[in-house]
Amino acid sequence: MSWKMWSLKRSLFVYHVNTGACNNCDIEILELLTPAYDVERFGITLVGSPRHADVLAVTGICTRQAAPRLREIYQATPQPCVVLCIGTCALGQGIFADTYHAGRCVDEVIREVDPGAIIAYVPGCPPKPEAMILGVVKVWKKLDELAAAAKPAPQATPVVEAARQ
Amino acid sequence: MDMGTMILILAGGSLATAALGLLAKGVDRKVTARLQWRVGPPLYQPVIDCVKLLGKETVMPEVARGTGFLMIPLFGLAGACLAATLLWAMNLQTRVGFVGDAIVVLYLLTIPAVTTILGAAASGSPHAAVGASREAKLLISYELPLTVALLTAVVHTGGSFQIGAIVEAQRAAGAVATSVSGLLAFGVAMLCIQAKLGLVPFDQAEAETELMAGVYTEYGGPPLAVIYLMRFMLLAALPILLITLFWGGVQVFGWAGLASVGKFAVLIVLITLIRNTNPRLRIDQSLRFFWYFVTPVALAALAAALLGRAWEVSWL
Repeated sequence: MSWKMWSLKRSLFVYHVNTGACNNCDIEILELLTPAYDVERFGITLVGSPRHADVLAVTGICTRQAAPRLREIYQATPQPCVVLCIGTCALGQGIFADTYHAGRCVDEVIREVDPGAIIAYVPGCPPKPEAMILGVVKVWKKLDELAAAAKPAPQATPVVEAARQ
Repeated sequence: MDMGTMILILAGGSLATAALGLLAKGVDRKVTARLQWRVGPPLYQPVIDCVKLLGKETVMPEVARGTGFLMIPLFGLAGACLAATLLWAMNLQTRVGFVGDAIVVLYLLTIPAVTTILGAAASGSPHAAVGASREAKLLISYELPLTVALLTAVVHTGGSFQIGAIVEAQRAAGAVATSVSGLLAFGVAMLCIQAKLGLVPFDQAEAETELMAGVYTEYGGPPLAVIYLMRFMLLAALPILLITLFWGGVQVFGWAGLASVGKFAVLIVLITLIRNTNPRLRIDQSLRFFWYFVTPVALAALAAALLGRAWEVSWL
């Protein structure tokens, strides 16, 4: 494994993007930093600017207002970066799918900019902190695969379809 | 001394300071975690962070002034390297100094703050602009008391502006901080370096809850790694400056070396404790704090030191 991937896996800086969430997922994300879960053990920290980030933790349905901002934030993040869609809203807009202000899903907005983006999905309303940690573990495995293949191939777990039904 | 030796000394001093700074940051994060009843990251986490940032893409903001934006962190790092190397050299070889090297070190230690302001201005981000103005205000608030504290140490050790002379006088007659005025000046300098390091309660320049990442908002990837390294080096160099001026100087070998390690560890833990038990001040509050409270205390310490010399009272 290259030194880039090795260090990336051990030091994920997370920038939290709220694209119109009800704050429930946001509170659960902060729970990860508390003594009970303490993800800083694995080098995961929250940072204040997308320029510092390796992971974008996206919550919310991605409203029409938020979509262009989300796109810009993704472009501002230096590669390699990972998108973590957290909560039912971020996955498939949940019960807000048909509302007047709903834009497109988070992953669709991001794939518009970068078709090869690495996107992980954490379902739940809100997801438990354990589920988010599982999402991070999946990101680690994906990074391992990418390092092994040496050539980035866009692949994402199709949880979105399941969540939409 | 020829050019090759000087480059070697500079490289050695910089590497030693960088290693010590990375370790100090690791200790800082670990102690913070333990204070919050967490396990915390491994001790070498800052090293991994820097390596990772070096491996990432450099993103240039559209509105940034490219050359200045990318070069300025390197100037800041150079300032920190030079100041740290001078400090090491004067401590280990007390006779190699030149007249006024204490002033030069103090001057070099302001370069990181100045480059931070310039880099933030060059990045073209409104968040960084607000952060830069706060950093400038912080600079003018803490520089005066820090200089007066340095003067107190100079008065105590016979009026020489050479770091080597200050260290030797302390080795002969006891540390500056064992006197009343020396202890006051030590406390003042402690508060000043907290502001110089940009740590809570004086982290208004990168207040992450108000200004995203403040002055560093637009930096990412390798330039950010350079900035991190600069800050880690300052985290090592500024406690060393304090030990040099007020606490008997730094030694490497024998029991004195062990004592120096202990002093350094005490200062790092003290800095961490201050940063974990205080809220962030507003910029006007910290300006008022430094000008109306810390500066008079520093001046009182200087006056006491001068009186102590005039009346030959050693404890004053």
